[in-house]
Amino acid sequence: MNRQTADHATLADRFNENEPRVDWHDQTLWWVRAKRDKMARSIPEWEQLRDTASAIKRNALGNLYEYLIQFEQQATQNGAIVHWAADAAEHNRIVTGILQQHGVRHLVKSKSMLTEECHLNPHLAANGIEVIDTDLGERIVQLAKEPPSHIVLPCIHKKKEEIGELFHEHLGTPAGNADPQFLTAAARQHLRKEFLQAKAAVTGVNFAVAETGEMVVCTNEGNADMGAHLADIHIACMGIEKIIPQRKHLGVFLRLLARSATGQPITTYSSHFRQPRAGQELHIVLVDNGRSRQLGREDFRNSLKCIRCGACMNTCPVYRRSGGHSYHTAVAGPIGAILAPNLDMKDYADLPFASTLCGSCSNVCPVKIDIHQQLYKWRQVLVKEGHTTASKTAGMKMMSGVLSAPRTYRAAGKMGRWVMRAFPGMVNNRLNPWYKQREMPAPPAQSFSQWYEKNKKS
Amino acid sequence: MSSREQILAAVKQHQPEASVLPSLEGLSGSMPGTLEAYRKVLEGLGGSLFEVKDEKEIPALLAEHYPHLQRIITIGSNERAWINEDPHLLENVDMAVVPGLWGVAENGAIWLTEQEVQVRVLPFICQHLAIVLPKSRILPTMHEAYEKIGAPQNGFGVFIAGPSKTADIEQSLVLGAHGAKSLVVFITEA
Ligand code: SF4
Repeated sequence: MNRQTADHATLADRFNENEPRVDWHDQTLWWVRAKRDKMARSIPEWEQLRDTASAIKRNALGNLYEYLIQFEQQATQNGAIVHWAADAAEHNRIVTGILQQHGVRHLVKSKSMLTEECHLNPHLAANGIEVIDTDLGERIVQLAKEPPSHIVLPCIHKKKEEIGELFHEHLGTPAGNADPQFLTAAARQHLRKEFLQAKAAVTGVNFAVAETGEMVVCTNEGNADMGAHLADIHIACMGIEKIIPQRKHLGVFLRLLARSATGQPITTYSSHFRQPRAGQELHIVLVDNGRSRQLGREDFRNSLKCIRCGACMNTCPVYRRSGGHSYHTAVAGPIGAILAPNLDMKDYADLPFASTLCGSCSNVCPVKIDIHQQLYKWRQVLVKEGHTTASKTAGMKMMSGVLSAPRTYRAAGKMGRWVMRAFPGMVNNRLNPWYKQREMPAPPAQSFSQWYEKNKKS
Repeated sequence: MSSREQILAAVKQHQPEASVLPSLEGLSGSMPGTLEAYRKVLEGLGGSLFEVKDEKEIPALLAEHYPHLQRIITIGSNERAWINEDPHLLENVDMAVVPGLWGVAENGAIWLTEQEVQVRVLPFICQHLAIVLPKSRILPTMHEAYEKIGAPQNGFGVFIAGPSKTADIEQSLVLGAHGAKSLVVFITEA
């Protein structure tokens, strides 16, 4: 599979070479985060909803065996064909097999992070099957021969001028036209043709209901529906953790998902696929690929509650300034940094360190995953297992020493502030990787804990 | 061992202790299930809303607000040949007028199923979409909606909230991605 070529820090450096773009990326994602806040505040029972969602997911994980069997039974009764894939390779083999059996050489696909995780597209290409990604953002990165950089906003790292260039080259739009309205209309025309020709459609799954055997797919564009309702074969690919117990639980998750993701009250389409339409084949591929292993890791199993809203990325100060590609894995950002080491500790040992542990991710997570705590726990596991470099190992030891002793923590901070004021060049130099391409802010004369001590008394 | 057995065995071995499901009581808070609340959210999503006495007023309103429509499909009219044709042929439908079952004030969504729309792709492939909803069918939140909908009665159902849209190009909102470019909701008295 794609071996790691460079670590997060190196890739983040590359992203940071273009400062105006980094600033734009940073500010745009923060704006999306602010929209999420506004939505959350407009719902008085928001926190209760998060607690409920987290508890439903906890129940789902605790009964996953029973729910998977129930789902399979219901789905089969509904007329779907259920497949089980132990890993990415088997998933890809199953999908390819279905397509080859029907002589399909051309298919449309709507957003599915699972198929990204499994590297389905290159596998199909190697078997002579052409995949057209139909989510606009995904189509853009596909034309650019890049992976998505964000699970909800796949081409958030691209500027409209670059997209105009790509469309000019591949879709024949006039050179120099970078108007979003115009480019979207061009993509609509281009992709309509694909929808009308495709014999098969692959979709992801947002929620699968054990009780009814149905799957819910959420999009704003309508691409999953255009694909699935026109094609003769619909293949829905899902991780086994997408199962929720009952239909009424959808109410909880659909209230949280889009509000957390983009600050919309709900996605334009929340489609409930239960039976294939007359004459259609519906295949469901249930994929493990490390999930059952993560379920057994007590410290990390909560990561399987994730509903892929992307809020933890939008709020993350590291993600916003390093870009999704720096995580060199399908799911970037804080949650990706917990999921990836489960797949390969060595290749992804750098990711849990790509965090300031500020906890902003855990604060926004709609299913209340303790994201930053899991990142900290991964660091300890990775150091213990010998997957980190010597400097990180030493840093970790010092970190835990300093953090566990408040006296040392305060002394270290005091000294740091003094050094910064006295010799700014000593901190902002080429040897300190944190300050590459960054101007040091003026250090405060008073630290937060000094301020707090002083004001506590008054 | 098949992959199925292998996965299920690993899940069974690793799944944490079972916990009880939480109650969904009290989650809707005091959200209003009114037409005013619904209208505000729908318009925020880029949809438009008209109140009509009954469905007979719809054609005139469509003619006034969408003067260039060529092919209109209205569910419930006598023109039914399209139902048995290849769904790909619906590509040139300019406007589809379909009945909705439940509206949700908190998010503007309307629930429809394949029983009402007849052909699943119709509300997605049409260039513009109109949904007809009786006023009494507006509910406050998704919780009431799922309560009313109950168990699935057919193979496909969908909540539609506003026109199809994307913001993938630099986060600029554009209406009309792959589905209907506009949505108009007709609220009937009933
Ligand atoms: S971890 Fe939480 S915030 Fe992050 S994508 Fe998953 S559900 Fe959203």
